[in-house]
Amino acid sequence: MASVIDERQAEIADEFAMFGDWMEKYEHIISLGRELAPMDPADKVDDNLIKGCQSRVWLAARKNADGHVTFTADSDAIITKGLVALMVRALSDAPASDIAGANLSFLDEIGLHSHLSPTRSNGLQAMVKQMKLYGLAFTAGA
Amino acid sequence: MTTPTSYDVHAIRAQFPILSREVHGKPLAYFDSAASAQKPQAVIDAQARYLSHTHSNIHRGVHALAQEATEAYEGAREKVRAHLGAASTREILFVGGTTDGINLVAQTWGRVNLSAGDSIVLTRMEHHSNIVPWQMLALERGFDIHVVELNPDGTLDGDQFEQHLNRGPKLVAFTHVSNALGTVNDVKHWTARAHDAGATVLVDGAQSVPHLAVNVQELDVDFYTFSGHKTYGPTGIGILYGKEALLDAMPPWRGGGEMIGTVSFENGTTYNELPYKFEAGTPHISGGIALGAALDWMNGVGMASLTAHEHVLTQHAHARLANVDGMRFIGTAPCKAGVVSFLIDGVHPYDLGTLLDQLGIAVRTGHHCTEPLMDKLGIPGTVRASFGAYNTVEEVDRLAEAVARAAAMLR
Repeated sequence: MASVIDERQAEIADEFAMFGDWMEKYEHIISLGRELAPMDPADKVDDNLIKGCQSRVWLAARKNADGHVTFTADSDAIITKGLVALMVRALSDAPASDIAGANLSFLDEIGLHSHLSPTRSNGLQAMVKQMKLYGLAFTAGA
Repeated sequence: MTTPTSYDVHAIRAQFPILSREVHGKPLAYFDSAASAQKPQAVIDAQARYLSHTHSNIHRGVHALAQEATEAYEGAREKVRAHLGAASTREILFVGGTTDGINLVAQTWGRVNLSAGDSIVLTRMEHHSNIVPWQMLALERGFDIHVVELNPDGTLDGDQFEQHLNRGPKLVAFTHVSNALGTVNDVKHWTARAHDAGATVLVDGAQSVPHLAVNVQELDVDFYTFSGHKTYGPTGIGILYGKEALLDAMPPWRGGGEMIGTVSFENGTTYNELPYKFEAGTPHISGGIALGAALDWMNGVGMASLTAHEHVLTQHAHARLANVDGMRFIGTAPCKAGVVSFLIDGVHPYDLGTLLDQLGIAVRTGHHCTEPLMDKLGIPGTVRASFGAYNTVEEVDRLAEAVARAAAMLR
């Protein structure tokens, strides 16, 4: 049975399948970045900073009473922010254990997997790792 | 506005096999030569020919291949000597690159000559490779590091430079050409002033040797380094030039075979003469030979022609890019070489670089290993387009159009 995360990933892949070329995909990602709900300024602190070499990413996580994890995030580079928005859409408000074990294949499917590669110094890889760590920590009841 | 008619850029491009590549379905426009230059067929062939026909270990061995390999390698060393205008091949050390060369000076000359109470002078525009080796040594040896700040146009603050020199530093280490700003520093002038103050002078030539004719005796520098891979040669090889008297007085760095005279457990070990004292172990033989071939190639085109062509490209890039809304050039020195760094207001350089990549245009974004400079400027980094022998005016037009298109998407 597909987890809620897998369902969301499928939706995202379908959404991107509507776009013809890379330029339209990036325009969509840029608009997603602009639309991402702002982080609570109290959360946009160095402790929540995930440093990629070039673009910075902030990530905050809260565990809810129902065992779901809510993520908020931001980035100073708008394309990274758009991809961050997709991550939050995929992983936020989902069970902690699902987050810990998530397989984020949707970036491959929408043709932007290179953005998540370890060699890309945009902080995205590190953010995904951190999101999964939160999932793991919150699963353990932390 | 054109390059001197004798410069046939298309004939030159044809010699670089990689430039016929496509990236994301578009022809590659490579504007990242400051990070590493592409290689002409002559250099690729020289390296391949050595590996196919000549390879053997060098400097020892009685057989024919050993002799041929040695002649080829030492022949390359002589090419470097001639290219830099050095007095002797004893002053030409093959090292791993500019970074390796600076570390060598720090760990030998620096270790002997610098201690608590001494000071050295660096500049705000230095590459990490001409900062961190000195910081590492300073932690151990306790000397001070004074930094020459920059004028708003990216030139050195001459008054402050003089002030730092007044303190009698032991060493002045600075770059000939800034990889982030393109600023060309007056090496001859500052070397003379540093010598007047009693300092030894090390100059980072990583971004100058690919673009300008350099004569180390005329500049009177004490140490000068450059990297093979930025001068159309292979990675993993570079040159440290040092005045013979200085190199003679320095202890060796890496110990092992080749750099020795005799080795004994009973009677102590003695060291080889220059330049071998600083070349332990089997070197990057094919790299050294290919570096020689790269210098031959540059001289075949002509350094004056190369400099002039790149100057045309830099001017053209400035002119075209200035028309893009929100354009802010970083580094506007009157004398620049080969690099245009910029930002667009409200746009993160990483985003711009990502979209340019989609258009087949390779630029570099980020702090370019000059984090202290970027911090001082209060920016996360820049977009840097850097030019080489093979870039064309048409490519620069393409760059400007792409920057305008990407900026419109991102602003």
